[in-house]
Amino acid sequence: MIRLEGISKSFGNNVVLDHLDLEIADGEALVLVGPSGTGKSVLLKHIIGLLAPDDGTVWIGGTDLWSLSPHELNQFRRKFGMSFQEGALFDSMTVFDNIAFPLRRQTKKNPEEIRARVEECLDVVHLSGVESKKPAELSGGMRRRVGFARAITLEPEILLFDEPTTGLDPVMTDVVDSTILEMQKRLKCTSVTITHNMDSARKIGDRVAMIFRGRIVAIAPPDEFIRSTNPLVRQFVEGKAEGPLTDEESGPGGKEGEEP
Amino acid sequence: MKVVTAFGAMILRVCEEFGRFFVLLGRTMLWAVRPPYDFPEIFKQMVRVGVDSIPVVFLTGLFTGMVIALQTFKGFARFHAESFVGSVVSLSVLRELAPVLAALMVTGRVGSAMAAELGTMRVTEQIDALVAFATEPIQYLIVPRVAAATVMLPLLVVMADAVGIGGGYLVAVDIMGGNPVAYLHNSFQFLQLNDMTSGLIKAACFGLIFSLIGCQKGYYTEGGAEGVGISTTRAVVAGSLSILLADFFLTKILF
Repeated sequence: MIRLEGISKSFGNNVVLDHLDLEIADGEALVLVGPSGTGKSVLLKHIIGLLAPDDGTVWIGGTDLWSLSPHELNQFRRKFGMSFQEGALFDSMTVFDNIAFPLRRQTKKNPEEIRARVEECLDVVHLSGVESKKPAELSGGMRRRVGFARAITLEPEILLFDEPTTGLDPVMTDVVDSTILEMQKRLKCTSVTITHNMDSARKIGDRVAMIFRGRIVAIAPPDEFIRSTNPLVRQFVEGKAEGPLTDEESGPGGKEGEEP
Repeated sequence: MKVVTAFGAMILRVCEEFGRFFVLLGRTMLWAVRPPYDFPEIFKQMVRVGVDSIPVVFLTGLFTGMVIALQTFKGFARFHAESFVGSVVSLSVLRELAPVLAALMVTGRVGSAMAAELGTMRVTEQIDALVAFATEPIQYLIVPRVAAATVMLPLLVVMADAVGIGGGYLVAVDIMGGNPVAYLHNSFQFLQLNDMTSGLIKAACFGLIFSLIGCQKGYYTEGGAEGVGISTTRAVVAGSLSILLADFFLTKILF
């Protein structure tokens, strides 16, 4: 289980997360939605411990992430597989070396076992014949899927996807969504996915959470989420320019007291 | 008032960068002694810093030696001391010019590349990805680069020393018509081993400084392509200035 308790994070004067609480059950697929710049990626980086909260506690299965020593935290991160925006593949390495990277760094597998595991992972994301290519030679959708393959090499318990479908065409978006769904079923892991796409959210999520101004403002199963009467959710689902999301003065975490 | 604020902000930034440099130096030293040692990566970086810089440093050494010979020959001819040109060339190249000029050239060539590479890795989240796969980026990225630069720069300087003295000979003897025997004799007559070693110690320090500054600027890059550009510029500017600064203090200590 992942439990975030009262997480706050600021960069300079910019408050990104504001006493955020969130609980994700084992095996659950949670989708995070929300306008750009509301701290979705920052939240994801808190779950895997890439960023330390200014305040609050991150619990991963009964372990307080920041009570661990740096070395223990490093080891603990084996539980996670993360796919970054745009893939974040190491562009000095081939696809094979990218996927083999976690295996070479963290296991004592021999080259044959590594090769077998890399092929297995590429098979999960339905890619073949790209092992010797450099990331720059791949299309956007392929880069994401190589990123997925790299994320699952160590059989993680928790998968994190940072905007896996942003910038892809509708067909590729569906392919990537299907891959995520299949990975979740095969690995039976907990997953947290950030997306802007409500169709994706519906397809891959058990629950959808909306984050706005550093807090979770709505959380519900996809169908219920789409029917929600919350004005913030309504504006986001309907994709309107006017509404409480774009209104500077309103919303939770907004500058109360400064209202006229 | 604005000028004062801007000046204050600049001083704060310089102090911050200075502090960061020493923090990173400490962390790099710490990670350098911890296993596992990534020898293939260190070797790869040694090729990039050392072997690939040979043409640049060769030409720098050659022309430095040549121009000093040219300058001093004309000057010394006024009081018939042409035979001492060799001494001037070898002393100035070994003690000062080869280490400093080679370091400045390599800073421009390699320090900037380090900043650009690490900066791009930072803004495309590749450094975050390293951490996510339980790999310490300082150990994986910075240690091999700094180690390679610290080892390879003195070796480049040995070459620049030799080429510089050769260049001086070329000009003084072959072009200006000086006495070859007197030139060679005087080149080495007044040299001490200390002249060579102090130059090499300097070179090792410069290697450490420029590579660590290049890595530092890259590692702490913020904000997209523009940020990478800023980091690259700063790596060269701060690297070169630090080398000149360190040169003064090292000379004061070593001689």
